[in-house]
Amino acid sequence: MMAGVGGGNDFQWCFSQVKGAIDEDVAEADIISTVEFNYSGELLATGDKGGRVVIFQREQESKNRQVSRGEYNVYSTFQSHEPEFDYLKSLEIEEKINKIRWLPQQNAAHFLLSANDKTIKLWKISERDKRAEGYNLKDEDGRLRDPFRITTLRVPVLMPMDLMVEASPRRIFANAHTYHINSISVNSDYETYLSADDLRINLWHLEITDRSFNIVDIKPANMEELTEVITAAECHPHQCNVFVYSSSKGTIRLCDMRAAALCDRHSKFFEEPEDPSSRSFFSEIISSISDVKFSHSGRYMMTRDYLSVKVWDLNMENRPVETYQVHEYLRSKLCSLYENDCIFDKFECCWNGSDSAIMTGSYNNFFRMFDRNTRRDITLEASRENSKPRAMLKPRKVCTGGKRKKDEISVDSLDFNKKILHTAWHPKENVIAVAATNNLYIFQDKMN
Amino acid sequence: MINTMECAVDAQSLISISLRKIHNSRTQRGGIKLHKNLLVSYVLRNARQVYMNEKYAEIYRMQQYEEVMTVCNEIQELNPLDLVEDCEEQTGDCCGSANESASLCGALLPVSHQAPAVQHLQPSSACSVPLALQSEEVCKAPEPSFYRSCCAEAYPVSNCDFSPVNNMHCNKTTVLDLDTHVVTTVENGYLHQDCCASLQQCCQGAQSPAKKRKLDFGYYVSEIEEVPDFTPCKRAKFEDSSYASTEPLDTSNISNLISIFGSGFTGLPKPLDSSQSEIPQYARHINVQHT
Repeated sequence: MMAGVGGGNDFQWCFSQVKGAIDEDVAEADIISTVEFNYSGELLATGDKGGRVVIFQREQESKNRQVSRGEYNVYSTFQSHEPEFDYLKSLEIEEKINKIRWLPQQNAAHFLLSANDKTIKLWKISERDKRAEGYNLKDEDGRLRDPFRITTLRVPVLMPMDLMVEASPRRIFANAHTYHINSISVNSDYETYLSADDLRINLWHLEITDRSFNIVDIKPANMEELTEVITAAECHPHQCNVFVYSSSKGTIRLCDMRAAALCDRHSKFFEEPEDPSSRSFFSEIISSISDVKFSHSGRYMMTRDYLSVKVWDLNMENRPVETYQVHEYLRSKLCSLYENDCIFDKFECCWNGSDSAIMTGSYNNFFRMFDRNTRRDITLEASRENSKPRAMLKPRKVCTGGKRKKDEISVDSLDFNKKILHTAWHPKENVIAVAATNNLYIFQDKMN
Repeated sequence: MINTMECAVDAQSLISISLRKIHNSRTQRGGIKLHKNLLVSYVLRNARQVYMNEKYAEIYRMQQYEEVMTVCNEIQELNPLDLVEDCEEQTGDCCGSANESASLCGALLPVSHQAPAVQHLQPSSACSVPLALQSEEVCKAPEPSFYRSCCAEAYPVSNCDFSPVNNMHCNKTTVLDLDTHVVTTVENGYLHQDCCASLQQCCQGAQSPAKKRKLDFGYYVSEIEEVPDFTPCKRAKFEDSSYASTEPLDTSNISNLISIFGSGFTGLPKPLDSSQSEIPQYARHINVQHT
């Protein structure tokens, strides 16, 4: 089993599975809003706009069938968040799951955090395959027995039962965010986590729900002076005192919690100067960062803005070390994308296990992978047409002008309703999960 | 410089699209999204800047036209032949450097339409400001301050249509001095001192140029804001309760996002040189040569 040594063209990506309805008519509640592998890659969680969480578990590989890879099957489904109504502000709070983050596994149960706009919940997912039978005070069907009828005592025994996976909310972290939560991130100390909204970042202890520490507050005294908001935040993977947050102005701030209780003053400030020749009406929008992710090594971080992905070395603040154009052909279409609101789409990005490749989504159900070593990139499509088992994915190409070659697709033919905002890469293997509206595609590398 | 986009959406339609988005966000589920509205307000600001620059340039051109027309009417009383002889002596000095500079606004002054033979204005005719624009001084190497223009970006300049009566090839450059507000035109090597460039205030003596400029822009800005197309939308205010905020200060400030336009966008990043006016710095240094 190879760890992810490079992505892109070095590997042959094959279709593995697709989850979700085939209907053309997509129910809004079924739209997937977040995808996340757990630390081992055994579990894959998705959240949707309807507030539900679906967890898939990988089958144990059969030793007999060397070619087959473990498939992901539904493990647990539960309703994480419900729509709420804030009576004080006459506001409806959407149940859409914005983020799911797994906790490292410490016992037989699995824990994850799920967040909507206002509330974060800690869920415990545990298996039950035994059931106690032979109670004294109640019958097998649960009815209470009359105490006076009990003449003997017996010790209940555990009997095997069909596997049942239970999800129960263990903690509810509420009422700490005035604005919409965009990020949660578990700290490497496994005791705390942070949650970020547009203007503030709070630090929580996983055991304590009735209070949190506010560690970043960028709200100006006069809201009319507001110039930027927080768009994403993440804890450093190894240094539990360090975290970063990105802004709508395209900047990233790295903060050290040892420096002060309130981390309004950054330790490092990452910003690439704007190219004045590319200035347009929409410069501010396309420079807004939609996602920030540390590499597994902790040495680099990656940011996604509307048209590109940038890799930053934490030791160099004045510019990224690598920039990858995701769909530069859209630069001349920004006006239309502004009119149809697509320019506000928030694409995520992710690293592979060895930090040698990165992946992000685009339109027309395309997603892009960049190999950092070879600098090669590939565009693939998540579609039902390529959904035969182990069918190899063919690289796609967008024709930007001139004569369209065979198999190329022109920019004007792209379907901007089919957008891939959420992708995830298995932490150890070349298995990827790609959310395409209401469907979840799983692709694997053929070599494995 | 803001590049125009491929679909020929002009600033005004972008403004109306943006305001519509802000308006629609009030009824969206989940409350107003602060991030999205902030980004929309940036587009609004950018479009507004371009729109105002266009409007200002247009108004300024109209202003120039009216003033010069007034002057030209007065000049017609003078004997053209006398003036031509005076100015011929100065062509040698003037031809070279003055041709380098021009201003968009001045370029569109149809000076020569009315008085093709008029080559020179007496300083006392239109403007009493001791502008030190005697022809000899102007013909020396001009200082950089002469070459500033108050006009906006490089809008396409129509070809010089001031065809002289004698069908000579019209080679005309115009300079507006932002500090003294004097427009100087050089045509075929002859120097014109046309007029004060803006309001009569400039002729009233030593006022600080920066202050005058602010007045001018303020004048024009207030005119522009009367444009009825989007004024009603601009005046719309959010309901206080429509935004997710517990603090009273929040609701009244956030919900009045539209009111930013009325208060001049104080909250958003200012242009590079914001100390003097709302016209971005790139708009101050445009030199246009037209032949």
